This record gives sequence, C-alpha cells and structure tokens, in this order.
Amino acid sequence: MSKALLYDATMCIGCKQCEGACAQQNKLPYDDTVAAESVQSAHKYTVVMTKDDKFMRRLCMHCEHPACASVCPVGAFHKTAAGPVVYDVWKCIGCRYCMVACPFNQPKYEWQSRNPRVRKCIMCPDRIAAGKQTACAEICPTGATKFGERDDLVREAQERIRQNPSTYLPRIYGLNEVGGTSVLLISNVPVEQYGYPPSAKIGETPMPEYTGRVMERIPDFIPVWTLVLGGIYWVSHRRDEVAAAEAEQKKNGSAR
Amino acid sequence: MKFKLTFWRVVFIVIMGLGLYSTFIRFFYGLGAVSNMTDQFPWGIWIGFDLLCGVMLAAGGFCIVGAVYLFNVESLHSVVRPAVLTAFLGYVLFIVGLLFDLGRPWYIWHQMIYMNPHSVMFEIGICVMSYTTVLFFEFLPNVLERFKLETPIKWIKKIYPVLIILGILLSTLHQSSLGSLYLIMPSKLHPFWYTPALPFLFFGSAIAVGLAMTIFESTQSAKAFGRHLELPVLVQLGGALLVALWVNALLRFEDYFHRGLLGQIIKPSYEAYFLWLELALAFVIPIIMLSFKKVRLSPQGLYLASIFTVLGFITNRLNIALTGFETYVGHHYIPKWTEYSVTLMIVALGFALFGLAVKYLPIFPEEKHPVQERLRTATVTAPVAATPVLDHAGD
Repeated sequence: MSKALLYDATMCIGCKQCEGACAQQNKLPYDDTVAAESVQSAHKYTVVMTKDDKFMRRLCMHCEHPACASVCPVGAFHKTAAGPVVYDVWKCIGCRYCMVACPFNQPKYEWQSRNPRVRKCIMCPDRIAAGKQTACAEICPTGATKFGERDDLVREAQERIRQNPSTYLPRIYGLNEVGGTSVLLISNVPVEQYGYPPSAKIGETPMPEYTGRVMERIPDFIPVWTLVLGGIYWVSHRRDEVAAAEAEQKKNGSAR
Repeated sequence: MKFKLTFWRVVFIVIMGLGLYSTFIRFFYGLGAVSNMTDQFPWGIWIGFDLLCGVMLAAGGFCIVGAVYLFNVESLHSVVRPAVLTAFLGYVLFIVGLLFDLGRPWYIWHQMIYMNPHSVMFEIGICVMSYTTVLFFEFLPNVLERFKLETPIKWIKKIYPVLIILGILLSTLHQSSLGSLYLIMPSKLHPFWYTPALPFLFFGSAIAVGLAMTIFESTQSAKAFGRHLELPVLVQLGGALLVALWVNALLRFEDYFHRGLLGQIIKPSYEAYFLWLELALAFVIPIIMLSFKKVRLSPQGLYLASIFTVLGFITNRLNIALTGFETYVGHHYIPKWTEYSVTLMIVALGFALFGLAVKYLPIFPEEKHPVQERLRTATVTAPVAATPVLDHAGD
C-alpha cells in the first residue's frame, strides 16, 4: 500500500524543524535567512507559514494521479508505488509544463541556473525504500507531521475530527481533492487562507483526465482522418482524370 | 554587389545586435536573468507569442496546400509556394524559439526516446518535428528547380500525395493540440478562455489566420518586390476568410452561450477589456469590413481586413497564455526587454529569410517583365512588417 503524510495544523508549534531537516536531506542551504522566507522556492521544498498564532505547512501534495507526471513530454515525473511523486532530472528538457499544470503550484524552477532543474518535495523516496519515515516526519517534535500508510492516516484523521469536533474543521484536505493526494491536512482554519487552492475550484476529478479525454481519441482519430483526407484527395482528383479521359476519347472519336 | 545601408537595414542590424546580446544573457546567465518569468508565471511571452502565435501564423501552409492539392482548387495555385515557404520558415523559427524557452534545450532529443504518450506536449513535439520534415520536402522542389535537378523533383512529385495528406493530418493534430495544452488548467485559466472546446477553437483560428496570413504576405511581397498582384486570388481568399471568421465567431458564441457566460463577458472587468479587444479585432472589424463587396474586391481592403484578423487572433492567444492567468496568479507579468528582443530577432530573421528565399528561389511564378531594380533594393524588408506585428505582441 502507499505511504502518506498527515499534517495536523492544530498540533504544529511552528518550530520549523521540518524545514531544516528537509533542507539537510535534500542538500539545500538552510540558515536564518532561508528560515525567514515564507514562500517555497527551488531551495525551499517545504515551508511553515505563520498567521496570527496559527501555523500551516506547505509541500508537494503527491497526488494519487499527478498532473505533472501526465503532462511531462519526456516522463520525467512518476508516481511510485510507495506513494512519492519523484523527478528524474536526467530526462527533463525544461519545458516547465509541470509547473503550469500543477493545481498546487508545487514544482519550482532554478531560474538563475545555466542548466536548470525543477525542484519540489519528493517525499524522501530513498528513506521510504529503506523503511524509514520522511525527514520532516521523523524530526517533528509534536507529531504534527505524521508518516504512515495512507489508509491508516485517513482513518486516524477521521478519528481525531470525530473526537474533537470543536477543534477541527470537519474535512480532510487531500482526501478527494483532484482524485486524492498522499499528503492529508486537517486544521481549525480553512487551508485556503494559507494559499491552498479551494476544494471547489480544483474539484475531485484527477487532473490527467482533462487532457486524457482528448489524448485517448487520437489513436482512433489518425486512421479515420487519414482515410477522410485520402478520400477527398481521390474524389477531387478522380474528377480531373475522368474529364481528361473523356476529352481524350472525344478527340480520338472525332479523329476517326 | 555593393551593400547599401538603408533605413530598414539599420533597424534590422540593431534588432539582431540586441537579440544576440539577449541570447548571450539567456545562455550564460539563465532564464531568470533574461526574462521576467517566475515560479508563479513559468510561461511567458516566448510560449505565448513565439510558440502559440508562431504555429498559428504558419498555418497558411496547410490551409493553402489543402485547398489546392486536396480539394483541387486550381485557381489558388500561385500562392502555394509562398504559403509553403512561410510555413517552413515559421516552423524552423518556432523550433529556434523553443530552444530559447526550454530550460535544457540540449536535451530536446529526449523527446524521441523518453516518450510519454499521455502528454499533449509530447504529441505536439512529435507532430511539429514530423511536420517540419514534411514541409522541408514540400519546400525542397524550389531549391532543386533553382539548380535544375530534375530527377529528385520527379521523386518528390511521386510522393507528393502522401506528403500532402500527412502534412494536413499532422497540422490538424498539433494545431488543435496547442489548445489542448491548456485543458489541464481548469482552476488557473480564466473562464473567458478556459473551455473544453479549446482544441476546436485553436484549429478554427489556425484556418482563419492561415488564410489571412496568405492575403497579408501576398500583398506585402507584391509591395516589397514590386510584383503584380493577382487580385482574383486575393478575392477568393477574402471570401474564404469571411466564411472562416463567421464559423469561428459562431463557435465562440456557442461556447459562451453553453457555459452561461454571455452575461459576464459584457460586464466590464480587467479580463473583459482584453476579451473585447480580441473580439473586436478578430471578429467585429474584419467581418464588417469583408461584408462589403467593395472591400472584398479591393486589395487595400483585403489587406487591412487580414491584418485585423491576424492581430485579433494574436491577441486571443496572448490572452490565453498571459492575461488569462493574471487574476489567478495575483499579479501582472510584463516581459523584460530582453524577452521582447529575442522575439523581435526571431520575427526579423523570418522576414529576412523570406526576402532572401524570394530573391534567389523560384517562389513566385515567372513574370514577363522582371523587376530587377526593385528586387535589388528591397532585400531586407523584414522590419517593415515586423514592427507593427510586435507592437501588439505584449499587449
């Protein structure tokens, strides 16, 4: 079964240790300046945002049906069986379609580089393969970010909401959004306030279906359209041939 | 031959100089240094104009080839060669533009080995690659004729029906797929431009612009090279353009009607202003103009109507690529001057290459009175027409 992360905003104390652990895991620079940055970028895969005294974490959602993987012309992204959506930099040609297609705006770009890469949280696939938790979940002192089987985490989130209905908003963000994601969020304030796209806007349809509906017609379209074009060509030129043949016949007839 | 420094040649040299400077910045300091693209706005004017508009402006090739060879409309025969030339140059320059926009253009060949059949971008890549090859063979007879190589011309003539059908098939696929690119962004692209009908609208606009561009370039080269203008051909194209515009307008209306947006599009808003501009230029003005028989029969009128059409659909595609995302992103994207200068350089190159091809290759049918003098003085006509098109590119 596939792994997932559950982030419980009510348990988060805003210590930003997940940011630091993430940077270390992915060999990214991390100091006070980076810690103060409140937006994700090519050198900051995850961010803990602060609003009043409340916190919210942002990272790649690891969609069950990722838009980035479906749009990439060279298949540089793919969803692994274990859950993470990973990126093969050696395939990437840099078209940035993944960035425009992602409903959560997660892929970021190395704009200043001469040989730029797309950067995003890849959910520590090496650690998961080694049977460990993600770096962010391991370091979290309060358990606000929890690593586990997606099904178990969904059940646990439902249980927390059921037991403390006054603490939580009655929804798990990521359960059904764009067909479900491997990062689940529960909180006491709408996640939209922190820049997450509204559920109603992104819907529950897996993103690849929007283009898939057109792409799946192409294998049928090619032979049919070729036949139609060939037919038109034949008919319009046949008329000339017949006319020429008739003219020829007439000429021969009158000559005789 | 003595090289004379005319005004437009100076402009051309300036454009090339600035363009080369921007090229250096692009490949030495990266996309961030050369453009105003950001993580919020990862696609800028190079995708919006060079790619989306470039492919549309080169659509004349398959429209005219289709009309003449597929439907056997003999009367348009004289514009086949210029239309194929424009298309061939257009696609080659499209690929040049792509090399600027891709972050890692040196891996562009990955397209052929790491194929992802689910990706619209992959389909466009393969189609554009194949179609450019087809256009190369459709264009090749011009060069072969110039050097009087009869045998290879015979071979190409033998496979011509295959080239034609393949070319139109590939064009149908990628012209519409450019619209499909945006189907995966329902939550980002403004509803004025996001519609499941995008592939149909892109294909429809490609045909209208293909016809308009053929009128435009015929008139333009008649002016520049002092050629005799074949009015009956233009009149026929103008009639077809009017029909194509009506079909496009009807499609757009149907789309807004079915999605219940008719009330919204008439309410003033940031997006509505851009939509009105687009609709006025692409539909209202040229349709009204072409509805008068007097305009339809005058070269000047047809020329103007075709310019409005081209500008209108350029506005349409820039709206889809840029304006339509501004509300979602929350700020405006204004291209850096270096972005404009690369685009300008590519367009200027296109006009210059067109001029050179017309000068040295049998693109236009032989005339009884060769106009040697004027040919000699009008080699680089590029910026004459390049500038008005680009003035609106960033709107």
